[in-house]
Amino acid sequence: MSEFFTKYFPNIWNLREDILISTYETIYMVVVTSSFSVLFGILLGVVLVATDRGGILENKLVYSVLEKIINLFRSIPFIILIAVVVPLTRLITGTSIGMNAAIVPLVIGIVPFYARQIQNALVEVDPGIVEAAQSMGSGPIEIIFRVYLKEGLTGIIRASSVTIINLIGLTTMAGAIGSGGLGSLAINKGYNRFQSDITLVATILILILVFVCQFIGDYFTKKSTH
Amino acid sequence: MITLSNIQVTFETGSQSVTAVRDVSLHVDAGDVYGIVGYSGAGKSTLVRVINLLQRPTAGTVEVNGRDLLALQPKELRSARKKIGMIFQHFNLMNSRTIYDNVDYPLKSSKLSKTERDRKVKQLLELVGLSDKLNAYPSQLSGGQKQRVAIARALANDPEILLCDEATSALDPKTTLSILELLKKLNQTLGLTIVIITHEMQVVKEICNKVAVMEAGRIVEQGDIVSIFSRPQNTLTRDFINTATHIDQTLEKLTLHPSLVHLKDNDMLCKISYIGDSTSEPVISELTARYRVKTNILFANVEILQQTPIGNLIVVLSGSPGDLEEALLYLQAAQVDVETIDSRLLEDRKVGEPV
Repeated sequence: MSEFFTKYFPNIWNLREDILISTYETIYMVVVTSSFSVLFGILLGVVLVATDRGGILENKLVYSVLEKIINLFRSIPFIILIAVVVPLTRLITGTSIGMNAAIVPLVIGIVPFYARQIQNALVEVDPGIVEAAQSMGSGPIEIIFRVYLKEGLTGIIRASSVTIINLIGLTTMAGAIGSGGLGSLAINKGYNRFQSDITLVATILILILVFVCQFIGDYFTKKSTH
Repeated sequence: MITLSNIQVTFETGSQSVTAVRDVSLHVDAGDVYGIVGYSGAGKSTLVRVINLLQRPTAGTVEVNGRDLLALQPKELRSARKKIGMIFQHFNLMNSRTIYDNVDYPLKSSKLSKTERDRKVKQLLELVGLSDKLNAYPSQLSGGQKQRVAIARALANDPEILLCDEATSALDPKTTLSILELLKKLNQTLGLTIVIITHEMQVVKEICNKVAVMEAGRIVEQGDIVSIFSRPQNTLTRDFINTATHIDQTLEKLTLHPSLVHLKDNDMLCKISYIGDSTSEPVISELTARYRVKTNILFANVEILQQTPIGNLIVVLSGSPGDLEEALLYLQAAQVDVETIDSRLLEDRKVGEPV
């Protein structure tokens, strides 16, 4: 087995530990970032839908301010965002490099995207159902939890799997601040050192991660559709 | 039970403002089945939403069960809404919940215990005849079944009032009848006050005891169904009624095939209508026997509204001018309405307007 590897993938066997660590780092960043993003993204998405015109808590000011902030952050290219938020990163994590430091720009980079996706998913909930809930005496909080988040669940799951796949893409750029992960493995150890087999393996591992997320997302989407 | 006074609803869309309801006053008594009929865009759906304040009126007052709804705090309003059920044209069931959970939805915020809720849900689904569909999802049901679930859900908090917003408009005629039967049963057994919004006079005819006709945001005519059907004052009301009683369709036929009429000199094309008791008198044969006026019946229809028969006929009367005049006097004395239809007007189909 090791002979086969040493012949065709000369560097992989030597760097096998690095590959494992990088995979772990990517998964770590994705998991931690998505946990925060689910919280903030769903919150913002719900606020957007609720305060929008004709929403259950219509509020022009909140909606337009929030919308502009989201659009602003979505317009900043991620690689620049990483640099821009460094002061904040240092404030929160105490450092500006490494895996944990990368979480801050990752969350800021993905939450606006996710919030929009959630908004789109919740807008799909039939306004007639919301009206029916109101006619049955449901209040705003009840409508958010028992109608929007329940009836929009399929859309939320779909939005989540799209977002996580996007997030995997973003983590590869976080290598710029020494986050590690498969992205920096592919560039630093693969591309820069002319070890193309490492680049290939990093690519394959990322693809596997994406497919797994897609598969899990599809499974739950299907399960939540009636 | 419900008193709307001088309701006005204006929608502001940018620079434009659209008034959907103009100065509407309406009173519904407990136990009424009140029909509000009008064409699309007449403002009836907006008006019915004013009753539970899903739509706040720009002006006017809303009183339900003796309480001024506009004065209530949000929380009080929500508890008042629990006593006003509502069903919709497109059912608005929650697709991610089973039939059982849909009916259970309004009960979850009530004080009932889990077993009480369970009993209540099953009892409601039995009432609407869907006990065997507890675990089905809405997408597995037909339109009529979905509306039955919606009715069960609307009744969960034992409301005194049920608002129906075009509740049968998405259903086929047979299903419409079965839903109306159910509503009638609920009205009679539970004493439920029902407000029905519809564009079909057929629906009103089937179950309402009172009716209001809406056009361009206003109520143009309202009253108990027998007098509206027998003596409609407004042109629009007449239109609706003529469609419901198939007079429109008959006149259209006569226009398309004038040979059916064959009017000669001294022939009169008339619409004869009568209410209640005059039905039992054999007026038509009297015309021939006593006044030598021959009657050719082109169309006849009897409706029973609130146990009162209402008859409509389209006939050609032929006889000498003197005989015709006497015959008309006789009909008048027998409390039968006669409207002459000018055959020239047939082409414009100005239906039923007295000449």
